[in-house]
Amino acid sequence: MKGNEALAEAAMRAGCKCFFGYPITPQTELAAYMAKRMQKNGGVFLQAESEIAAINMVLGAASTGVRAMTSSSSPGISLKSEGISYLAGSDLPCVIINVERGGPGLGGIQPSQADYWQATKGLGHGDFHLLVYAPASVQEMVDMVVKAFDKADEYRMPALILADGLLGQMMEPVAFPEIKAEMPDKSSWATNGHKNKREHHIINSLYLTPDELEKTVLDRYERYAVIKENETDAETYLTEDADIVVCAFGATARVVKSAVNDARDQGIKVGMFRPKTLWPYPNKEIKKACENASKVLSVEMNMGQMVDDIKLALNCEKPVEFFGRTGGVIPTPAEVLAKIKAMGGNN
Amino acid sequence: MAVVFERPKALCDVPLHYCPGCTHGIVHRLVAEVIDEMGIEGDTIGICPVGCSVMAYNYFNCDMIEAPHGRAPAVATGVKRTNPDKFVFTYQGDGDLAAIGTAETVHAATRGENIVVIFINNTIYGMTGGQMAPTTIPGQVTQTTPYGRDPELAGYPVRVCEMLSTLTGTALAQRVAVDSVPHIRETKAAIKKAFENQRDKKGFSIVEVLSTCPTNWGMTPLKALERLREEMIPYYPLGVYKDSTAGGKD
Repeated sequence: MKGNEALAEAAMRAGCKCFFGYPITPQTELAAYMAKRMQKNGGVFLQAESEIAAINMVLGAASTGVRAMTSSSSPGISLKSEGISYLAGSDLPCVIINVERGGPGLGGIQPSQADYWQATKGLGHGDFHLLVYAPASVQEMVDMVVKAFDKADEYRMPALILADGLLGQMMEPVAFPEIKAEMPDKSSWATNGHKNKREHHIINSLYLTPDELEKTVLDRYERYAVIKENETDAETYLTEDADIVVCAFGATARVVKSAVNDARDQGIKVGMFRPKTLWPYPNKEIKKACENASKVLSVEMNMGQMVDDIKLALNCEKPVEFFGRTGGVIPTPAEVLAKIKAMGGNN
Repeated sequence: MAVVFERPKALCDVPLHYCPGCTHGIVHRLVAEVIDEMGIEGDTIGICPVGCSVMAYNYFNCDMIEAPHGRAPAVATGVKRTNPDKFVFTYQGDGDLAAIGTAETVHAATRGENIVVIFINNTIYGMTGGQMAPTTIPGQVTQTTPYGRDPELAGYPVRVCEMLSTLTGTALAQRVAVDSVPHIRETKAAIKKAFENQRDKKGFSIVEVLSTCPTNWGMTPLKALERLREEMIPYYPLGVYKDSTAGGKD
């Protein structure tokens, strides 16, 4: 199945009851699949007049306690950032999918990972985080969408799937989970009509008293601390004896894995570390993976946006080099292997 | 002693933050009275805008959501589409509805979203201290049109009911005012009709209420009501611009 369609099918199986979107390449198949299937599943599909409207429709639907989703690609995600900040500030769960393309500006429509900073550091104004998942296969997109809905509800915050055009357009065999029957109880805060049985609920992100606003942010950061402790996830590959650990996320990790295998064939001790959660960043996991390494390399489809996070996780104790292609160019295993060799990777 | 006039149940028992003489209080009350009369408070979700009525979530007793600036009709769409049996209304000012939120307003109407929009037109941005609104009348002095709104420089005002009445999805587009008792009674009837339209699944209903802003107009409340009558009503004539339930042309 095509990656974009698998994302849509997985969302519906996870209990997503509504999808609001706006056409943009390279994520269009996702919305088209939703249009075909959502209504038949008793849900809502609506093509909004803009990305801004779409994310605010998600805000409205999520306020009433239903599982809501939107998807887009890089320039569209920028437009949604206002609404994402409000969702975070209102403690509303939802799932947002970014099938990244090249930027900045209108950029291009080929695969890219140049929204790493946006996703992990700055998807809107104010002090807040999103849960950010980085799948590397169609199967993982399915699994992560389901997980994203669950975790978004558990922590009452938006979750983002940071995919790219490569994964969205890729076809792979995939196994889907059963349709989720039971939904979490949101009756303590949802604004779906009080039926004269409770006090009115208010969904809001406005606090004019600084002390009050500070308290809501601090409360949220207490939750973030728990998430940092419990929700990191990563894959390690041949890192135990590795002298060089190559870090990569998403589709790039597939290229890197090939390069690592080629290098191993040539007797070079190299391994791979792949963060599956980009926020929270798997600091403990990368530290462990790089324990025996003398050098670290980050390979990305951007200009090195993950490098700082690696350095911070390793307390700058190991040199971190970078190789990447950007603008929609996909690095090849041969290029990555050449870089590994240039770093003095040997047995 | 018999109580002859009391607070509607759908209004919270809290002091409103509005300036003296502001007509928001009247419109809040009318919306609440309609909710009470229809017995729908438990099934109603209100959406507040950014602007003077940003804190209306503290004033209405039904469930409330605070939307980003201009986005209330999109938020309302998300609520209504997933809860079609509930009543959903937005309460928006002129900057929110007719400037930053024009796209959301026009497209909610275009789709015929089955919601109620209460639109407060007082020809000025009140919350931010009196800047030009999309509805500011030519010649009107505001903080950002200190020499009076000059259409050569600042363009012309938008007449929202007239514009929305051209759309098939609009069920009701009516302009009313709260400057006098007969007009206030008319306003309440329009708001009630809008909510009844939603009950009967007629589509998008907007009630534009010509209101005052004594503080930012620099007028006494009485003088402000006079200005509403003498300057606003001639520029924004009251009336029903579209009523798809009246059996007239669509």
